[in-house]
Amino acid sequence: MTAYTSTAGLALRAENVSKSYGKRVVLDIDHVELSPGETLALLGPSGAGKSTLLAILGLLEKPDSGQVFLDGRPVSARDRGARMQMAAAFQSPYLFKGTIAENVAYGLKLRGVSRAKRSAAVAEVLERVGLGGWEGRSALTLSGGEAQRVALARALVLKPRVLLLDEPLSSLDPLIKSRLSQDFARIIHEDKMTTVYVTHDQNEAMAVADSMIVMRDGRAAASGHVEDVMGLPPDEWTATFLGSEAPLRGVVTTSAEGLLGVDLGGPVVYSTGELAPGTHVIAGVRPEDVLLFEAGTEIPRSSARNRFDGTVVALRLWGVMYHLVLDIGGARVASHVSRSSVREMEIAEGSSVQVVFKATAVRVRPDVAGSGMMEA
Amino acid sequence: MAVFIEAIVTAVRLMAEGSPELWNIIGVTFHVALVSTTFGIVLGAPMGFVMGASRFRGRSVLIALTNTAMAVPPVVIGLVVMMVLSRQGPLGPLGLLYTVDAMSIAQTLIAAPIIAGLTSAAVASVPYKLRLQARSLGASRVHEAFLTLKEARLGVVAAVAAGFGAVVRGVGAVLMVGGNIEGQTRVLTTAIVQEARRGDFGLALALGVILMTITFGLNGLITWYQHAGERWERGANA
Repeated sequence: MTAYTSTAGLALRAENVSKSYGKRVVLDIDHVELSPGETLALLGPSGAGKSTLLAILGLLEKPDSGQVFLDGRPVSARDRGARMQMAAAFQSPYLFKGTIAENVAYGLKLRGVSRAKRSAAVAEVLERVGLGGWEGRSALTLSGGEAQRVALARALVLKPRVLLLDEPLSSLDPLIKSRLSQDFARIIHEDKMTTVYVTHDQNEAMAVADSMIVMRDGRAAASGHVEDVMGLPPDEWTATFLGSEAPLRGVVTTSAEGLLGVDLGGPVVYSTGELAPGTHVIAGVRPEDVLLFEAGTEIPRSSARNRFDGTVVALRLWGVMYHLVLDIGGARVASHVSRSSVREMEIAEGSSVQVVFKATAVRVRPDVAGSGMMEA
Repeated sequence: MAVFIEAIVTAVRLMAEGSPELWNIIGVTFHVALVSTTFGIVLGAPMGFVMGASRFRGRSVLIALTNTAMAVPPVVIGLVVMMVLSRQGPLGPLGLLYTVDAMSIAQTLIAAPIIAGLTSAAVASVPYKLRLQARSLGASRVHEAFLTLKEARLGVVAAVAAGFGAVVRGVGAVLMVGGNIEGQTRVLTTAIVQEARRGDFGLALALGVILMTITFGLNGLITWYQHAGERWERGANA
């Protein structure tokens, strides 16, 4: 057991898990860690291996190599005791034929819970997911949103140590989706359940998760706290996937009272943090934190320390907003601007604008991979 | 037309009279059908489940073989069973040829592939992810199997009905291994052949009407069960 002491305090951990189908490697992940009560989002495009990783973490599939630990104990798909501590809900609700109550009680029945306790627990959990009194209905008569609530109730009623949710909302229409994602986030946090949440929607990930792994081709492209990963994606692919620009590379030139000046090879941006001058860093700012003003206008005084004259290099639609790529004297940042603002300010490629963002909005991390490149 | 009316009259009269001979034929028919369908389920349903629910090397070959077995003419099955049970055959010493048991064995070999093939198709239509979902809630392999069968139950019932139907209406195999011995191995279908050959169309058709009434009643029951099940699932009660 001494070999696994490092897992103490973690609810769920996986080491070096890999999975191949034939010659195609669909998953190859060094490590995954979840503290008790933490929600981890697995984010990535389809085919990135998210669901496979979820199935392995949930002991539903065997990895070709690697090990999963539950509360520090090595476990496998054969370990039914460990599986009994987990519960999952998938993209399609996959309700069983029968009543809603039968569906929700399925796992309880497998655990030998008495009939009386079962019906009490079912009634309670249905109330929580907003389907109080629906016990007797046939499960196949439900709408997508209702069925997904039943699927969540079926997992929640087991009060699992680890809850696994595989794109639980992606088949629903936007209105129900936004309402359910809030409900799900509330319920997960109320119960302080350790949760793995697979999604390809970054907004959903932001709503529910504490930490995240961005996956690409079976590997972790980025991982860490949601704010960190979203704020400063480590590479260009992750940045593009998350809707921002590639990380900026630079050197800390000044550091005083928690304020850093970072030379990006031309422009100097200010950030908050404690790093020694001379440190090579990567830096980034979320598009929604970058404000634009028309060139030449008086900018209202504010705490925004970073102000640049910039040029619009590219603009494209990003959901309901425009995603603008801006050149600020050699470095590139992105900004999300509403359609009406783009119209009013007559923004087009080549337009000159003033670019403003706060020092607190800039994330900076020591650049481990790229420091050699910078010096070369 | 008169011959048909006469036949129906004869059928009604036969059933009303309930002659011991007729009841014996119906009894043997049901005995063979029930025994062979039961063994057909015992052999065919697990095999169908495995073929439908799991992925293994040789699965497609097995499915192809089953589908072929479903289409083998009953007389060929009857011939093979006859050879096996005949005096010179490997099971000759058991003395089973021209007995009800021999008929049950042959009919089981007809029913089993049908039940296996149709069960396999019904089980394969249950999504893999549904079983994964059950597993994620703590189901063991056995629980998973029962859930899958329950999900596919309308199809499985249809498979059993098809197996029963094939057995009850079969004539070739039972004729070969049973010998159509009066009072012993005569069933409705072989009796029809017998009466028709003798030129007693009225009696033959009457026996046919009785056979159809029985199968119609049974199929009606199964259809009712399936419809009732579907209606409830799709929410006529909601």
